[in-house]
Amino acid sequence: MEGILGRKLGMTQIFTEDGTVVPVTVIEAGPCVVVAKRTLERDGYTAVQLGYLEQKSHRMNKPMMGHFQKGGVPPFRVLREFKATPQEVKELREGQAVTVGIFQPGEKVKVTGRSKGRGFQGVMKRHGFAGSRDSHGARYHRTSGSIGQCTFPARVFKGLKMPGHMGNRKVTVRGLEVVEVLPEKNLLLVKGSVPGPRKGVLIIRKEGKE
Amino acid sequence: MSEELIRAIESRYLRDDLPDFKVGDTVRVYFRIREGDKERVQPFEGVVLRFQGAMNRRTFTVRRITGGLGVERTFPFHSPRLEKVEVVRRGKVRRAKLYYLRERMGKAARVKERFYTQGNKK
Repeated sequence: MEGILGRKLGMTQIFTEDGTVVPVTVIEAGPCVVVAKRTLERDGYTAVQLGYLEQKSHRMNKPMMGHFQKGGVPPFRVLREFKATPQEVKELREGQAVTVGIFQPGEKVKVTGRSKGRGFQGVMKRHGFAGSRDSHGARYHRTSGSIGQCTFPARVFKGLKMPGHMGNRKVTVRGLEVVEVLPEKNLLLVKGSVPGPRKGVLIIRKEGKE
Repeated sequence: MSEELIRAIESRYLRDDLPDFKVGDTVRVYFRIREGDKERVQPFEGVVLRFQGAMNRRTFTVRRITGGLGVERTFPFHSPRLEKVEVVRRGKVRRAKLYYLRERMGKAARVKERFYTQGNKK
Protein backbone atom coordinates (compact mmCIF):
# COMPACT_ATOMS: atom_id res chain seq x y z
CA MET A 1 0.00 0.00 0.00
CA GLU A 2 1.15 3.48 -0.80
CA GLY A 3 -0.26 5.33 2.17
CA ILE A 4 -2.95 5.94 4.72
CA LEU A 5 -5.14 8.70 6.14
CA GLY A 6 -4.69 10.07 9.62
CA ARG A 7 -5.05 12.94 12.02
CA LYS A 8 -2.40 15.10 13.65
CA LEU A 9 -2.47 14.78 17.42
CA GLY A 10 0.37 17.12 18.32
CA MET A 11 4.09 17.26 18.84
CA THR A 12 6.44 16.11 21.58
CA GLN A 13 9.98 14.85 21.82
CA ILE A 14 11.49 11.48 22.53
CA PHE A 15 14.92 10.17 23.50
CA THR A 16 16.84 7.65 21.44
CA GLU A 17 18.94 5.01 23.20
CA ASP A 18 22.06 7.17 22.99
CA GLY A 19 20.19 10.08 24.56
CA THR A 20 19.62 12.23 21.49
CA VAL A 21 16.41 14.21 21.64
CA VAL A 22 14.22 13.77 18.55
CA PRO A 23 11.28 16.13 17.88
CA VAL A 24 8.30 14.11 16.68
CA THR A 25 4.76 14.66 15.49
CA VAL A 26 2.27 12.13 16.80
CA ILE A 27 -0.19 11.09 14.10
CA GLU A 28 -3.22 8.91 14.67
CA ALA A 29 -3.32 7.03 11.39
CA GLY A 30 -6.16 4.75 10.40
CA PRO A 31 -7.51 2.21 10.62
CA CYS A 32 -8.79 3.01 7.13
CA VAL A 33 -11.25 0.83 5.30
CA VAL A 34 -11.16 -0.12 1.63
CA VAL A 35 -14.26 1.48 0.11
CA ALA A 36 -13.67 0.90 -3.60
CA LYS A 37 -11.03 -0.45 -5.95
CA ARG A 38 -9.74 0.76 -9.29
CA THR A 39 -8.76 -2.02 -11.65
CA LEU A 40 -6.76 -2.05 -14.85
CA GLU A 41 -9.65 -3.50 -16.85
CA ARG A 42 -12.29 -1.03 -15.76
CA ASP A 43 -10.36 2.14 -14.93
CA GLY A 44 -7.06 1.79 -16.75
CA TYR A 45 -5.03 2.06 -13.54
CA THR A 46 -4.84 0.35 -10.20
CA ALA A 47 -5.63 2.07 -6.92
CA VAL A 48 -7.55 1.62 -3.72
CA GLN A 49 -10.00 4.11 -2.27
CA LEU A 50 -9.71 4.35 1.48
CA GLY A 51 -12.27 5.77 3.90
CA TYR A 52 -11.40 7.39 7.23
CA LEU A 53 -13.46 8.73 10.14
CA GLU A 54 -16.89 7.12 10.17
CA GLN A 55 -19.88 9.37 9.68
CA LYS A 56 -23.55 9.05 10.62
CA SER A 57 -25.57 7.91 7.63
CA HIS A 58 -28.09 10.75 7.90
CA ARG A 59 -25.29 13.22 7.21
CA MET A 60 -24.62 11.64 3.84
CA ASN A 61 -26.54 12.31 0.65
CA LYS A 62 -28.13 9.51 -1.36
CA PRO A 63 -25.52 9.22 -4.12
CA MET A 64 -22.75 8.93 -1.53
CA MET A 65 -24.72 6.34 0.44
CA GLY A 66 -25.07 4.34 -2.73
CA HIS A 67 -21.31 4.41 -3.16
CA PHE A 68 -20.74 3.13 0.35
CA GLN A 69 -23.43 0.46 0.04
CA LYS A 70 -21.77 -0.83 -3.09
CA GLY A 71 -18.65 -1.49 -1.10
CA GLY A 72 -20.68 -2.82 1.81
CA VAL A 73 -19.03 -0.37 4.23
CA PRO A 74 -20.32 2.29 6.65
CA PRO A 75 -20.15 5.93 5.45
CA PHE A 76 -16.89 7.81 5.95
CA ARG A 77 -16.12 11.47 6.23
CA VAL A 78 -12.87 11.36 4.25
CA LEU A 79 -12.29 9.41 1.05
CA ARG A 80 -9.00 9.25 -0.77
CA GLU A 81 -7.43 7.13 -3.48
CA PHE A 82 -4.01 5.58 -3.01
CA LYS A 83 -1.84 3.92 -5.60
CA ALA A 84 -1.66 0.15 -5.33
CA THR A 85 -0.09 -2.59 -7.40
CA PRO A 86 -2.43 -4.87 -9.42
CA GLN A 87 -1.40 -7.63 -7.04
CA GLU A 88 -2.52 -5.63 -3.98
CA VAL A 89 -5.79 -4.63 -5.61
CA LYS A 90 -6.51 -8.28 -6.26
CA GLU A 91 -5.80 -9.26 -2.67
CA LEU A 92 -7.65 -6.46 -0.92
CA ARG A 93 -11.40 -6.73 -0.41
CA GLU A 94 -13.88 -3.94 0.14
CA GLY A 95 -14.39 -3.50 3.86
CA GLN A 96 -10.87 -4.64 4.68
CA ALA A 97 -8.89 -2.44 7.08
CA VAL A 98 -5.57 -0.81 6.32
CA THR A 99 -3.54 0.08 9.42
CA VAL A 100 -0.30 1.83 10.33
CA GLY A 101 1.33 -1.57 10.02
CA ILE A 102 2.18 -0.69 6.42
CA PHE A 103 4.93 1.63 7.71
CA GLN A 104 8.30 0.61 9.10
CA PRO A 105 10.48 2.68 11.44
CA GLY A 106 13.25 4.36 9.47
CA GLU A 107 11.12 4.68 6.35
CA LYS A 108 10.72 8.07 4.67
CA VAL A 109 7.22 9.44 4.17
CA LYS A 110 5.57 12.54 2.78
CA VAL A 111 2.72 14.09 4.70
CA THR A 112 0.03 16.21 3.07
CA GLY A 113 -2.33 18.42 5.02
CA ARG A 114 -4.13 21.71 5.00
CA SER A 115 -2.02 24.42 6.60
CA LYS A 116 -3.35 26.67 9.34
CA GLY A 117 -5.20 29.69 7.92
CA ARG A 118 -3.46 33.00 8.61
CA GLY A 119 -6.01 35.30 6.94
CA PHE A 120 -5.04 38.33 4.88
CA GLN A 121 -1.39 38.99 5.58
CA GLY A 122 1.09 41.62 4.52
CA VAL A 123 4.18 41.07 2.51
CA MET A 124 6.57 40.77 5.48
CA LYS A 125 4.81 37.83 7.10
CA ARG A 126 3.60 36.25 3.89
CA HIS A 127 6.77 36.42 1.80
CA GLY A 128 9.45 37.29 4.30
CA PHE A 129 10.17 40.78 2.92
CA ALA A 130 12.49 42.91 5.01
CA GLY A 131 10.28 46.01 5.32
CA SER A 132 11.70 49.42 6.05
CA ARG A 133 13.06 51.19 9.13
CA ASP A 134 10.67 51.96 11.95
CA SER A 135 12.30 55.14 13.25
CA HIS A 136 14.39 58.15 12.18
CA GLY A 137 11.45 59.81 10.47
CA ALA A 138 10.56 56.87 8.31
CA ARG A 139 6.94 56.90 7.23
CA TYR A 140 7.26 53.69 5.32
CA HIS A 141 7.28 50.57 7.51
CA ARG A 142 5.90 47.23 6.37
CA THR A 143 5.04 47.92 2.73
CA SER A 144 6.43 46.06 -0.24
CA GLY A 145 8.07 48.94 -2.09
CA SER A 146 8.07 49.25 -5.84
CA ILE A 147 6.07 46.68 -7.77
CA GLY A 148 7.45 47.42 -11.22
CA GLN A 149 9.11 49.81 -13.67
CA CYS A 150 7.71 52.62 -15.87
CA THR A 151 6.61 53.05 -19.51
CA PHE A 152 8.13 49.70 -20.27
CA PRO A 153 6.69 47.18 -19.42
CA ALA A 154 3.87 49.48 -18.28
CA ARG A 155 2.26 46.73 -16.28
CA VAL A 156 2.77 44.64 -13.15
CA PHE A 157 4.12 41.18 -13.77
CA LYS A 158 1.94 38.20 -12.99
CA GLY A 159 2.75 36.26 -9.86
CA LEU A 160 4.41 39.19 -8.14
CA LYS A 161 4.64 38.67 -4.40
CA MET A 162 2.02 40.87 -2.80
CA PRO A 163 -0.17 40.88 0.32
CA GLY A 164 -3.06 38.44 0.37
CA HIS A 165 -4.48 35.34 1.93
CA MET A 166 -1.96 33.15 3.69
CA GLY A 167 -2.28 29.56 4.84
CA ASN A 168 -5.30 27.27 4.55
CA ARG A 169 -3.92 25.59 1.48
CA LYS A 170 -2.67 22.13 0.67
CA VAL A 171 0.92 21.63 1.81
CA THR A 172 3.08 18.54 1.44
CA VAL A 173 6.16 17.96 3.57
CA ARG A 174 8.51 15.43 2.04
CA GLY A 175 11.18 13.15 3.38
CA LEU A 176 10.01 12.84 6.97
CA GLU A 177 11.39 9.87 8.83
CA VAL A 178 9.09 7.39 10.55
CA VAL A 179 10.53 7.15 14.05
CA GLU A 180 8.11 4.68 15.56
CA VAL A 181 4.98 2.74 14.71
CA LEU A 182 2.53 1.74 17.45
CA PRO A 183 0.03 -0.56 15.71
CA GLU A 184 -2.00 -1.34 18.84
CA LYS A 185 -2.79 2.37 19.28
CA ASN A 186 -2.83 3.23 15.56
CA LEU A 187 -0.10 5.80 16.18
CA LEU A 188 2.69 6.96 13.95
CA LEU A 189 5.63 9.00 15.20
CA VAL A 190 7.22 11.09 12.48
CA LYS A 191 10.36 13.18 12.88
CA GLY A 192 9.71 16.87 12.39
CA SER A 193 6.63 18.98 11.93
CA VAL A 194 3.59 18.45 9.76
CA PRO A 195 1.15 20.97 8.22
CA GLY A 196 -2.16 21.87 9.81
CA PRO A 197 -3.72 22.21 13.24
CA ARG A 198 -4.18 19.46 15.78
CA LYS A 199 -6.90 17.05 14.67
CA GLY A 200 -6.31 18.14 11.07
CA VAL A 201 -6.70 15.35 8.53
CA LEU A 202 -3.45 14.21 6.92
CA ILE A 203 -2.48 12.00 4.02
CA ILE A 204 0.62 9.98 4.80
CA ARG A 205 2.33 8.40 1.82
CA LYS A 206 5.53 6.46 1.38
CA GLU A 207 8.31 8.41 -0.26
CA GLY A 208 9.20 7.00 -3.66
CA LYS A 209 12.74 6.03 -4.48
CA GLU A 210 15.06 8.87 -5.33
CA MET B 1 -8.22 12.02 23.98
CA SER B 2 -5.32 13.08 21.81
CA GLU B 3 -3.62 14.71 24.80
CA GLU B 4 -3.73 11.43 26.67
CA LEU B 5 -2.15 9.52 23.82
CA ILE B 6 0.73 11.98 23.72
CA ARG B 7 1.09 11.79 27.51
CA ALA B 8 1.32 8.02 27.20
CA ILE B 9 4.21 8.32 24.77
CA GLU B 10 5.96 10.91 26.90
CA SER B 11 5.58 8.97 30.12
CA ARG B 12 7.60 6.09 28.69
CA TYR B 13 10.68 8.25 29.01
CA LEU B 14 10.18 9.53 32.54
CA ARG B 15 12.81 8.57 35.10
CA ASP B 16 12.14 8.25 38.78
CA ASP B 17 15.61 7.20 39.88
CA LEU B 18 16.96 10.73 40.38
CA PRO B 19 17.07 12.21 43.86
CA ASP B 20 14.59 14.87 44.83
CA PHE B 21 16.35 18.20 44.35
CA LYS B 22 14.93 21.67 44.13
CA VAL B 23 15.81 25.15 42.99
CA GLY B 24 18.60 26.54 45.16
CA ASP B 25 20.18 23.21 45.87
CA THR B 26 23.81 22.66 44.99
CA VAL B 27 24.09 19.54 42.89
CA ARG B 28 26.74 17.56 41.10
CA VAL B 29 25.47 16.35 37.73
CA TYR B 30 27.15 13.42 36.01
CA PHE B 31 26.42 13.78 32.33
CA ARG B 32 27.62 11.33 29.72
CA ILE B 33 29.20 13.08 26.76
CA ARG B 34 30.58 11.73 23.54
CA GLU B 35 34.04 12.75 22.34
CA GLY B 36 34.72 11.35 18.89
CA ASP B 37 33.69 7.78 19.45
CA LYS B 38 34.68 7.63 23.12
CA GLU B 39 32.15 8.16 25.84
CA ARG B 40 32.93 9.61 29.21
CA VAL B 41 31.09 11.02 32.18
CA GLN B 42 31.54 14.69 32.89
CA PRO B 43 30.60 16.04 36.28
CA PHE B 44 29.22 19.54 36.60
CA GLU B 45 28.62 21.11 39.99
CA GLY B 46 26.62 24.21 40.75
CA VAL B 47 23.42 25.79 42.01
CA VAL B 48 20.12 24.77 40.44
CA LEU B 49 18.80 27.96 38.91
CA ARG B 50 15.49 26.80 37.53
CA PHE B 51 13.29 23.97 36.36
CA GLN B 52 11.48 24.39 33.09
CA GLY B 53 8.92 22.35 31.11
CA ALA B 54 6.86 19.34 32.00
CA MET B 55 6.79 15.59 31.40
CA ASN B 56 9.75 14.28 29.43
CA ARG B 57 10.54 17.77 28.15
CA ARG B 58 11.50 18.92 31.64
CA THR B 59 14.92 20.54 31.94
CA PHE B 60 16.92 22.16 34.72
CA THR B 61 19.68 24.72 34.63
CA VAL B 62 22.77 24.58 36.83
CA ARG B 63 24.97 27.62 37.41
CA ARG B 64 28.54 27.61 38.60
CA ILE B 65 31.34 30.13 38.73
CA THR B 66 34.60 29.13 37.08
CA GLY B 67 37.47 31.53 36.95
CA GLY B 68 35.31 34.49 37.83
CA LEU B 69 32.94 33.70 35.00
CA GLY B 70 29.46 32.34 35.44
CA VAL B 71 28.70 29.19 33.45
CA GLU B 72 25.17 27.84 33.08
CA ARG B 73 24.28 24.46 31.68
CA THR B 74 20.84 23.16 30.99
CA PHE B 75 20.21 19.43 31.24
CA PRO B 76 17.18 17.45 30.10
CA PHE B 77 15.82 16.02 33.34
CA HIS B 78 14.77 12.70 31.85
CA SER B 79 17.70 12.20 29.50
CA PRO B 80 19.26 8.74 29.47
CA ARG B 81 22.61 10.53 29.28
CA LEU B 82 22.20 11.75 32.83
CA GLU B 83 24.29 9.24 34.71
CA LYS B 84 23.34 10.48 38.17
CA VAL B 85 22.73 13.59 40.22
CA GLU B 86 24.19 14.11 43.69
CA VAL B 87 22.78 16.65 46.06
CA VAL B 88 25.74 18.42 47.65
CA ARG B 89 23.83 21.00 49.67
CA ARG B 90 20.21 21.91 50.18
CA GLY B 91 19.40 25.57 49.60
CA LYS B 92 16.72 27.70 51.18
CA VAL B 93 15.20 30.06 48.62
CA ARG B 94 11.99 32.01 48.18
CA ARG B 95 11.87 32.08 44.38
CA ALA B 96 11.13 29.45 41.73
CA LYS B 97 13.73 30.92 39.38
CA LEU B 98 16.99 32.23 40.79
CA TYR B 99 17.80 34.65 38.00
CA TYR B 100 18.91 37.25 40.54
CA LEU B 101 22.06 35.22 41.14
CA ARG B 102 23.30 36.26 37.72
CA GLU B 103 23.76 39.83 38.81
CA ARG B 104 25.63 38.89 41.95
CA MET B 105 29.20 37.78 42.48
CA GLY B 106 31.10 36.30 45.40
CA LYS B 107 29.52 36.50 48.81
CA ALA B 108 26.30 38.03 47.54
CA ALA B 109 25.67 35.06 45.28
CA ARG B 110 25.32 32.63 48.16
CA VAL B 111 22.20 30.63 48.85
CA LYS B 112 21.15 29.95 52.43
CA GLU B 113 21.30 26.36 53.47
CA ARG B 114 18.19 24.45 54.34
CA PHE B 115 18.42 22.09 57.29
CA TYR B 116 16.18 19.19 57.94
CA THR B 117 15.39 18.44 61.51
CA GLN B 118 12.71 16.17 62.78
CA GLY B 119 9.39 17.85 63.01
CA ASN B 120 10.58 20.54 60.62
CA LYS B 121 10.37 18.37 57.55
CA LYS B 122 8.56 19.81 54.64
